Amino acid sequence: MTTQTILPVDAKALSELSQSNGEPNWLQASRLSALELAAELGLPKLEKTKIDPWNVDNYGTYKSSQVLTDLSAVPASIAELVKDQEQGNLIIQRNSGAVYTHLSPELAAQGVIFTDLQTAAREHGELVQRYLHQAVKPEEHSIAALHAALWNGGVFLYVPKNVVIETPLQAVLLTDDAEAAFVPHILIVADTNSSVTYVDNYVSDKAEAGLHNGAVEVFVGAGAHVRYATVHQLGADTADITYRRAIVDNDGTIEWIVGEMNYGHTASDTKSILKGNGSSSDAKVIAVGSGSQKLNYTTQAQHFGKNTPSDMITRAVMREEANSIINGITKIEKGATRADGQQTEKVLMLSPKARGDANPILLIDEDDVTAGHAASVGQVNPEQVYYLMSRGISRRDAEALIIYGFLAPVVSQIPLEGLRTQLQSLVERKLGQ
Amino acid sequence: MAAEFVIEGLKATIEGKEILKGINLSMKGGEIHAIMGPNGTGKSTLASALMGHPKYEVTEGTATLEGEDLLEMAVDERARAGLFLAMQYPSEISGVTNSDFLRSAINARREEGNEISLIRFIRQMEAKMKELDMNPEFLHRYLNEGFSGGEKKRNEILQMMMLDPKIVVLDEIDSGLDIDALKIVAEGVNSMRSEERGFLVITHYQRLLNYIKPDFVHVMMQGRIVKSGGPELAQRLEAEGYEWIKEELGIEDETVGQEA
Repeated sequence: MTTQTILPVDAKALSELSQSNGEPNWLQASRLSALELAAELGLPKLEKTKIDPWNVDNYGTYKSSQVLTDLSAVPASIAELVKDQEQGNLIIQRNSGAVYTHLSPELAAQGVIFTDLQTAAREHGELVQRYLHQAVKPEEHSIAALHAALWNGGVFLYVPKNVVIETPLQAVLLTDDAEAAFVPHILIVADTNSSVTYVDNYVSDKAEAGLHNGAVEVFVGAGAHVRYATVHQLGADTADITYRRAIVDNDGTIEWIVGEMNYGHTASDTKSILKGNGSSSDAKVIAVGSGSQKLNYTTQAQHFGKNTPSDMITRAVMREEANSIINGITKIEKGATRADGQQTEKVLMLSPKARGDANPILLIDEDDVTAGHAASVGQVNPEQVYYLMSRGISRRDAEALIIYGFLAPVVSQIPLEGLRTQLQSLVERKLGQ
Repeated sequence: MAAEFVIEGLKATIEGKEILKGINLSMKGGEIHAIMGPNGTGKSTLASALMGHPKYEVTEGTATLEGEDLLEMAVDERARAGLFLAMQYPSEISGVTNSDFLRSAINARREEGNEISLIRFIRQMEAKMKELDMNPEFLHRYLNEGFSGGEKKRNEILQMMMLDPKIVVLDEIDSGLDIDALKIVAEGVNSMRSEERGFLVITHYQRLLNYIKPDFVHVMMQGRIVKSGGPELAQRLEAEGYEWIKEELGIEDETVGQEA
């Protein structure tokens, strides 16, 4: 197959950049081979969505960012997100690089590593090399290959064996310079029986067209528990293509909480690979589409281990001319006996021009399993509006109650209060309330 | 001032078919009127048309509450003007808790900035729920979702008690209730009886009227009120059924919309 991937950088410039950033040789080699792959590979094929027109060549160039000495100097666009976080475990990436990292001495003393991925590649090279690109592989398509070639800034979180962290670790990733490449890579490794919650926010503050090509890799060790929460609130200018993958070992648990609150085109794919026996996955996705957004949200669970439960829920509200394709793929491999794969996709459409398409897919190669799916696409039910109005509630408020009610069963299950409140206000903002 | 509610010449259609063929009824605060009649005679249509259900179109007539025509108003305005309909089949609304819903309904009647305080609201609601022998957990349950038939009916009465309407229409509030639940619901209604409030009780069983004593009884057939009387009319219907009325009036088929 012939493809025409336009490479945003040539091999020479890429290796020079890698060198000037002091990256280890293995990383430079990894970037270069990914760049070669990118030239050969095509764009990912998404269900009923063409991403070709989405700024997919618009990477910009690597620009180093000014480091922040303290949080009072953060750009106004993210000030609210980092308010009162002076003591918090926090990483801020602005455009191509990290500008702030803080890890409490207590966690550092327990062996926790929490720093930007570029620094981690220099300081913890062996650990990073063992995991980097093992879940989202550059061979998959040109987006993944270019990501592996160009990634910058990023987050590396390592939680040692048996370490349980109660307070969430946080990252804020900001793109506010249209010329600067914004390709963060999040790498989380939770060792045996550890437990951690990580929350990040993706924010843009610019008007020019751009692209976020993001990848998230989570490695959940035996008996470990990782809760990964992410809120994307990028502006209409920024197309967002994000691949999230978790590989889960025996009795490990991955919990995804995804808030898709972008204003621009978005393709996201969140996948749990339940490799170990007894491993489990729970994914909750809340989305609001508005304007003329094209959206493609995929959740996946792939079961290899025995006794592996997975649950995926996506609830999306589409207003104006937003167009969403929502895919759920449960794949149960041969030998994954007593796996249990459940999924639900629901779309609520608020205008005649909004579109929603829910595609639940079960692929099952094992007999001794349970699996189920439910999908629905509908509009606000006029009987319900009538009922609420018959108690004196205005039409506008009645519809708002029904819309929030549609999202509430998922939002109310989010175990982090701050995140719940934040999502609620982002939903309100997107619904124009 | 006692509420005065007057329905004049009310005609309504569903999908172009006329179901109500000219209803006239006048009631005052303090009065309880019962509308009886076999199935399919237009009783529930009357309730829905008064409230403004989107499926029904009012083609003629007025329904004035204290001189204002409810039929000119949107559904929410009718409610805020003082009309309450306890529905036969209340909607289930996932994700909206009973308490959030009722608080919105109460606040819709109050000025902005003068919303009911959460504490006061919860206290009021808990007290009313106790009267209706409802489990307090229903506060936090999603509106009518997974409620049994009887629980839904109690929840309707709870809303009536919280919203303090002037005219209450009870549409088949007795259907699906066992005798104990029926008594509780009736007690709830009776506790709301006052000179300021009128009740229109729609039922096809006399049974409910043993617990909610009507002052006036009307019989509906073929989309009209064909006979009116005092409580003794309900007694006779209980004892003899509807056949004697049909014979008296020369009606063969009491239902509406049967003509070609």
